[in-house]
Amino acid sequence: MSEASTCTGAQLIWESLLREGVDTVFGYPGGAILPAYDAMVSYPIRHILVRHEQSACHMADGYARASGRVGVVVATSGPGATNLVTGLATAMLDSTPLVAITGQVGSALLGTDAFQEVDITGITIPVTKHNYLVTRAEDIVPAIREAFAVARSGRPGPVLVDITKDAQQSRSALDWEAAAPKRHQRHLPAALDPEALAQALDLIRSAKRPIILAGHGIQLAGARAEVLSLAERADIPFALTLLGLGAVPATHPLSLGMMGMHGEAWVNRAIQEADLLLALGMRFDDRVTGKLKEYAPHAKKIHIDIDASELNKNVPVDVAIAADLGDTLRALLPQVPVADRSAWLDTIREWRGDSAVRDIKNMPDDGHLYAAHVMHDLWRLTKGEAVVVTDVGQHQMWEAQYYKHDGARSLITSGGAGTMGFALPAAIGAKVARPEAEVWVVAGDGGFQMTFAELMTAVQEQVKVNIAIINNGYLGMVRQWQAMFYEGRYAATPILSPDFVKLAEAFGVHGQRVECRGDLASAVAQARAEEGTALIEFKVEQEDSVYPMVPAGAALHEMIRRPNALAETGSDPH
Amino acid sequence: MSQIHAHQVLVVYTDDEPGVLTRVASLIRRRGFNIHSLTVGPTERAGVSRMTIVVDSEPARVRQAVEHLRKLVNVLEVEQLGEVPSVLRDLVLVRVATAPEVRAEVLQLAQVFRAAVVDIADDSLVIECTGSLAKIDALVDSMRPYGILEMGRTGAVAMARGSRALKPARRAVPLRTGTSPEAMSV
Ligand SMILES: Cc1ncc(C[n+]2csc(CCOP(=O)(O)OP(=O)(O)O)c2C)c(N)n1
Ligand SMILES: [Mg+2]
Repeated sequence: MSEASTCTGAQLIWESLLREGVDTVFGYPGGAILPAYDAMVSYPIRHILVRHEQSACHMADGYARASGRVGVVVATSGPGATNLVTGLATAMLDSTPLVAITGQVGSALLGTDAFQEVDITGITIPVTKHNYLVTRAEDIVPAIREAFAVARSGRPGPVLVDITKDAQQSRSALDWEAAAPKRHQRHLPAALDPEALAQALDLIRSAKRPIILAGHGIQLAGARAEVLSLAERADIPFALTLLGLGAVPATHPLSLGMMGMHGEAWVNRAIQEADLLLALGMRFDDRVTGKLKEYAPHAKKIHIDIDASELNKNVPVDVAIAADLGDTLRALLPQVPVADRSAWLDTIREWRGDSAVRDIKNMPDDGHLYAAHVMHDLWRLTKGEAVVVTDVGQHQMWEAQYYKHDGARSLITSGGAGTMGFALPAAIGAKVARPEAEVWVVAGDGGFQMTFAELMTAVQEQVKVNIAIINNGYLGMVRQWQAMFYEGRYAATPILSPDFVKLAEAFGVHGQRVECRGDLASAVAQARAEEGTALIEFKVEQEDSVYPMVPAGAALHEMIRRPNALAETGSDPH
Repeated sequence: MSQIHAHQVLVVYTDDEPGVLTRVASLIRRRGFNIHSLTVGPTERAGVSRMTIVVDSEPARVRQAVEHLRKLVNVLEVEQLGEVPSVLRDLVLVRVATAPEVRAEVLQLAQVFRAAVVDIADDSLVIECTGSLAKIDALVDSMRPYGILEMGRTGAVAMARGSRALKPARRAVPLRTGTSPEAMSV
């Protein structure tokens, strides 16, 4: 189609998406978006029909996190649009670049409570970076172009474009160049401040017990190499946030592991003892700091993040740099002195030794199946090379602790929002983005039941994911809190599940059940060998808890440790 | 009326388009601030609106809000006054009960505040006054004993002192848009 001729608004949507490099959208049709769907068939864009619009958002989210590209969602007005809200909030809190396109009632009906009219731009203000209500065909291309620019730039996030039905049906010329976005550049980070860099260098030079706090921003900034150079050059160990896992490799000698509420004991201890924290692309969430008043009391703090509003928000810092992480580190690196901090590293290693003896993974097999064992074995069997997409709960923490992520974008999980039901749809999106990757879902029996209808999407779209359901018969993480802080009153946490193997069969998916560790390897091999999506239900110890645990509001070093893995569940160790 | 010293004044320049006020107000509510006053109006530049927002909070928290406001796509710039000398004006219309025996007294007080009498009825006066928040508070307090029948305040409009033009507070550097090289390679 030549640039000069006019198109319908519906065509302009697809023209814009194509030009933004979109190859796949995740969506669900309806009346107000029907003109766009009708035009779609003429464009080389894959549409994945979901079973619920929330899942469309999670799929686009998984697609974006696996690939670094912008995920795209399409939904109709009213309930179609409101179903996106949880998915948008999930993407917002984890900084995923998404563009959601929703149909809206005709512009003449706006504000009249017409059939399937909801004020989705009003509803989504707090859960998007920005949103648009487009009522004229000529505004479609500028809105979509700007939406992509906003979604990708600075700290990424979701953007919603709500387009009235008449805007989709009327015609306008396509002038791509005239629609070039500008406003996303308004709040670019300031040029690097040489004084702040000098202060940071001074702190790094004089630190005896420094730690790098490695966050999701490393992934988003593509600064893996720079962070590793800094760590290696200055001999500084790194601790990771949940979303930072995979941003730098877990098996690197300087990697300490995960920090925070369910972080490794030695990591939290090292943070509390450190004399310098280098916070890189992380935001001092309450789940990683514990009680703020007692957080890292001896440490000077350097915080580098592209989002200025995150600096000095939770933790006051000595040097705050609002800038692209890669740019900042490239400016710093040549001046960072090569150092040897083996005394500090040895101290941490000693603390680590103490944890190893408590580690459930090192306990003798008592014939029970523990989720930690499942994660550890899955890591070994997949050689740590899978993309693992986790749901929310105990299994999510066990995965983070026992699956060692080396590869970039190899763990996809809902960290900020903690959205149950995320894993299966996000995994489908991840697999669509990276068909060559081996993708595993790790979900609880609770969360899997929230979105398992998407099994049918996987079947219809011929997307192969492998699914590990960690079935403990409980909303386990909540049960754990009830056990620890509510005197064991299990209010509404025991949860029944269908026969997952039969369920799989009903969907035309391969299903297996594993009840002891000895059967695990063959089941995993079988699932991997299946051409299509394959599901394994792991019947695990029902009342196991995630350790260590920093109770909410406690200081980071006040951890509840695993008393004795096997005694804890009342079983005989031999 | 809350104390003047707790007031923090923000000047926010935005695109003049639908929804901007909701976005700004929503952000301030969401971050837990109580808006003392908010005024919006056009500026010397077509398409640009200017809001003056007065919130009750400590400067450090307000600085955080400024950073959040700066992330809004249709916000051009945000200034936090209070760190620079500034002029701040509020306008009040107040209808005061004036029994014949106090009318002269009220008129005299109005004069002290350089306030204008803009309406006269048998038993009341409407007084108009412009000034700093403190001055308006003082005027209102001085009228209270006579009986305030009705009052409306515009909320503050503020501006920094000295010769200066609107310019981005921070020097901008080109930002890499698009995906990171690493992102594409995996
Ligand atoms: C949508 C949603 N609702 C409720 C919660 C609160 N929540 C957090 S973890 C959890 C239990 C999850 O149970 P399950 O999926 O079985 O995983 P498990 O903890 O047992 O591994 C719940 C209910 C949540 N995170 N998300
Ligand atoms: Mg469970």
